[in-house]
Amino acid sequence: MSANLIPILWQATLLTLYMVFMSAVLATLIGLPLGVFLATSRRGELFSAPALNTALGLIVNATRSLPYIILIIAIMPFTRKLVGTSIGTNAAIVSLTLAAAPFIARLIETAIREVDSGLIEAARAMGATPMQIVRKVLIPEAMPGIILGLTLAVVSLIGYSAMAGTVGGGGLGDLGIRYGYQRFMPEVMLAVVVILIVLVQLVQSAGEWIAARFDKRAPRNRGR
Amino acid sequence: MTGPAISFQGVTRRYPQKGGSDVVALHDIWLDVPQGAITGIIGRSGAGKSTLLRMVNGLERPSAGKVIVNERDVGAASDASLRRIRREVGMIFQHFNLLASRTVAENIALPLEIAGEERARIAPRVTELIERVGLTAQAGRYPAELSGGQKQRVGIARALATGPRVLLSDEATSALDPDTTRQVLDLLQAINRDLGLTILLITHEMAVVRDICSHVAVIEGGRIVEAGETYAVFSKPAHPTTRSFLTGVTGVAVPQFVAGQMRDAPQAPEAEAVVQITFIGSHATDPMLARLTSERGISVNILAGAIEEIGTRPFGSLIVALPAPRLEESRRFLEEHGLLTEVLGYVG
Ligand SMILES: Nc1ncnc2c1ncn2[C@@H]1O[C@H](COP(=O)(O)OP(=O)(O)OP(=O)(O)O)[C@@H](O)[C@H]1O
Ligand SMILES: [Mg+2]
Repeated sequence: MSANLIPILWQATLLTLYMVFMSAVLATLIGLPLGVFLATSRRGELFSAPALNTALGLIVNATRSLPYIILIIAIMPFTRKLVGTSIGTNAAIVSLTLAAAPFIARLIETAIREVDSGLIEAARAMGATPMQIVRKVLIPEAMPGIILGLTLAVVSLIGYSAMAGTVGGGGLGDLGIRYGYQRFMPEVMLAVVVILIVLVQLVQSAGEWIAARFDKRAPRNRGR
Repeated sequence: MTGPAISFQGVTRRYPQKGGSDVVALHDIWLDVPQGAITGIIGRSGAGKSTLLRMVNGLERPSAGKVIVNERDVGAASDASLRRIRREVGMIFQHFNLLASRTVAENIALPLEIAGEERARIAPRVTELIERVGLTAQAGRYPAELSGGQKQRVGIARALATGPRVLLSDEATSALDPDTTRQVLDLLQAINRDLGLTILLITHEMAVVRDICSHVAVIEGGRIVEAGETYAVFSKPAHPTTRSFLTGVTGVAVPQFVAGQMRDAPQAPEAEAVVQITFIGSHATDPMLARLTSERGISVNILAGAIEEIGTRPFGSLIVALPAPRLEESRRFLEEHGLLTEVLGYVG
């Protein structure tokens, strides 16, 4: 591999990291409250609002059933309104965020639903408000599950971000296609693949490590 | 305050069922829970115990009737005033319901955080509570690292954090072994004594009632079928459900070899009647039985017996066999001397 490709690879990696990081943060900002609401708003639950729960559930399902490449194109007018253009890195971040948010919402909903309902009962018996129950009981107790869910979402985002090249988003995927495929430089393709694998491994390991740090459900001295 | 700590006034709870008739979990409950006492509610699974208990802190609302706690109508309280009432009513649970993500100390601090207590005031209060339940060495551990008995102690400390006047217990010892149960019951008793806390507990074990409850209510199919002071209910159980709960607990089951031959009526002139004799307080049975023999010439055969403490009073029961023809005379003699008798059946 010629030396002048290294800066290109480095640039592409940084761009991928930037897109993934930004969209993960934004999607979490949307997905966390959405997931908490989905987990607590069926009939008789903390924020009982069955109609809204069903409606939001449908929207989440609809968004998730679109293939990412279709989503990018379908939301182009929206993207243009939001960031002034429908191509480029920022446009890619919009579509990545929109693809990941409902996914994250469902993962967080699942993690929160796993919290023992006895804990909600105990907190209610203490005189907690619904918001206090969310902040002091549901989220802390669901934390290991939430972190594993976010890890999964970031891994998926790394994969999706490779497609963002289609709208001029740049990054590793874009590099792989332009150099590795169109200019037939297999060594670039190989480097891109290796970097992606390493990134995914790093994210996965870090996520599992952090989740384990939060998980107090097993005794410390008995190993895990 | 002199009135009852908790008063159920005609409480009914219906659960509407889709397309069918309603489930009536509680039916017109009238019950006063005295201040500063330990009251037990006993009943079988599905009798409505939890539903009744959950009315007290408004986790459940009555379909009809009123629940008065510390002179306030819980069923009619707004959400905000209900949250205030809940801080005056602690609750402990069968499965402890501790937060796995919080240490012992942090679990106990939770109700104080929820009540908006200042950080500086939480720490000393938590330390005090941890000492009270004897968990100082475990303060920094997580629930997963505790035994069941220790978890329930955390539950108790947590329930006491906001200084409630009433403590509710939903089968708090059902998941514990007998030794640990004893320790937890002792702790509840000590808290009741030292803090003057009213305790309302539900259980399906008469032994729990015997050990610490001064008052008891028996619930069956959503109705209170019997209620009163524990020793009175134990000595003269009026309802079949109460009796069946008492079997085994008062240590006076009819021995197997007799039970197998028992009938409802005497079959022969030399038949014997099997009688349960119960006494409370200072009465002693032995001299009475001896006198029955010496003064009346009636021979008495003791089949089983036990003496224990119920609501701090000695409570004894004996199962004896008497000649059936002299039964009425013997019963009169014993009852005149303050003993209670009940004919269980006949042998022969
Ligand atoms: N949310 C509900 N919807 C419908 N029926 C209910 C509901 N909650 C309780 N019930 C019914 O009310 C009755 C009393 O229930 P409850 O939980 O109070 O019984 P319990 O005496 O506490 O029993 P256990 O000892 O098993 O805990 C039961 O028949 C139960 O099926
Ligand atoms: Mg129950």
